[in-house]
Amino acid sequence: MSALAHRIGLRRRRSDRGVSLPVLAALAAACVFIVIGCLSSNIFAEQTVAGLAQGAVYASLALALVLIYRATEVINFAQGEMAMASVYIAYQLLQWGFSYWEAFFVTLAVALVLGIVIQVVLIRPVQHKSVIAVVIVTVGLFILIDGLVNWKWGGDIKFMQAPFGNKLYHVGAVTIARQDIGTLVITIGSVLILWILFQYTKLGLAMRAAALRPAAAALVGVRVDWMLAIGWGLAAVLGAVAGLMAEPSQFVLQPTLMQPILLYAFAAAVLGGLESPAGAVVGGLTIGVFLNLVGQYVHFITSELRLPFAFAVLLGVLVVKPTGLLGRGKVRKV
Amino acid sequence: MTALLELEDVTARYGPIEALHGVSLEVGEGQVVAVLGANGAGKTTTLRAISGTVRREGIVRFAGRTLSRTGPDAAARSGIAHVPEGRGTFAELNVAENLRLGAYTRRGSIRDDLARVHQYFPWLEERRNQQAGTLSGGEQQMLALARAFMQRPKLLLLDEPSLGLAPLLVTEVFRIVKELNEAEGLTVLVVEQNAHIALQAAQAAYVLEVGRVALSGPSAELAQHESVRRSYLGY
Repeated sequence: MSALAHRIGLRRRRSDRGVSLPVLAALAAACVFIVIGCLSSNIFAEQTVAGLAQGAVYASLALALVLIYRATEVINFAQGEMAMASVYIAYQLLQWGFSYWEAFFVTLAVALVLGIVIQVVLIRPVQHKSVIAVVIVTVGLFILIDGLVNWKWGGDIKFMQAPFGNKLYHVGAVTIARQDIGTLVITIGSVLILWILFQYTKLGLAMRAAALRPAAAALVGVRVDWMLAIGWGLAAVLGAVAGLMAEPSQFVLQPTLMQPILLYAFAAAVLGGLESPAGAVVGGLTIGVFLNLVGQYVHFITSELRLPFAFAVLLGVLVVKPTGLLGRGKVRKV
Repeated sequence: MTALLELEDVTARYGPIEALHGVSLEVGEGQVVAVLGANGAGKTTTLRAISGTVRREGIVRFAGRTLSRTGPDAAARSGIAHVPEGRGTFAELNVAENLRLGAYTRRGSIRDDLARVHQYFPWLEERRNQQAGTLSGGEQQMLALARAFMQRPKLLLLDEPSLGLAPLLVTEVFRIVKELNEAEGLTVLVVEQNAHIALQAAQAAYVLEVGRVALSGPSAELAQHESVRRSYLGY
């Protein structure tokens, strides 16, 4: 090959991974702090594990928000209600005599289809009009789903079978609920499966391409509209996982199930950097653990102050580092 | 020589503004054909009309059948690789992922194609994990070519490959285009402002002026043509 091409080849540049050193250092310090805390105090360890489980739920809903934000460039305000409706579908399946895990997987399949249908029927017609139009559709969807669920199942409290039972494990003097471990395994497992799909499959690559550069993706033969629809479907599945794992910790099922969780997920997504899937996961876990520890050790922050406090943190992030922990500024085309 | 691509009275518009007022042209199988013209003459729009990136009227025949107006993804699947202005590389993805996306329309293993691409662009292999956005302009142009080549297209549409490149790199890009044409039999329709180099690489050329074909013919003839020399070659 020509000498010129070779010269180009020899000029290397470090690839930019987008994670800044101070952020990495802060996260590492936080991890060290938590490990030391867990080793020196049982209560600290218990609160941390419970916080991780809650955080994993926030993380998966936050990841759903990020997936849609990357593909459609809006926050899907109906994400929580879509998740809540999925839990009602699971509830209905349980009523019909399905076992819990049958109901779980059937619900995920239904959520996938519904997510795709919502994108095709409601989002696609307005997507190219304006961002605000899409936002309004998602707000409308919030109200629609809320209404439908209340109409079909009523607003009263329902009880669902707990997926993991009430068993407690004892590790030394630390008590860990099977529920928390199960929640962590299922949510982090789904996130990992999704990550593998996006990172290592042709479909995942095409979905990323369609979200990042729709015009260029179409030119290589990717059906962009279809990829965006699948993205909504996968986000709905993640939401359903979050909903199903959130329900047992609330003990009861009612139509408001996901509303506070959506707010935490929103905080998690912003904390992580709205464009960053890894950021959403880190953000969700961070918020879960942080709120639990603060609730335990800072006495004036009672459970009523949990949500406002989360948003105080969020405001702080937006002021200090608007791109979030792992987000990067918009990549500029050269 | 049979025509691989034929445009018959093609018009295209952006909103209310018509950018092409009836362009007809022909690209023979195995040819390199250039489209020349000033800014705003409709060169880019011609390529976009072919790949379906812009709404068009008129007839586009490709490989023996009329292309319906179903958008760029359908054009890509029928064997047209369009390297747009600004190269259309996925800046956020790495080199290997860009190449894999090039082969998106194809099934089965792409190992042979990667090996072939690496013959032409050896440096792509060692930098497969580098983010495409951190490549230089020339490197991105090469990557865009390599990605288009991964598609195993029947026809390559190349939009302003020289844009923003140093003269030495422009020569290099056209050398590779020529090599792909000669060694692989790739048919190329290239839009170019740099008429000099385009006429060297192409066997035939069309000159567009405000959305119409003003002149056409074999490159050698056009290069001698009075008005082409004055307007586009500058002597």
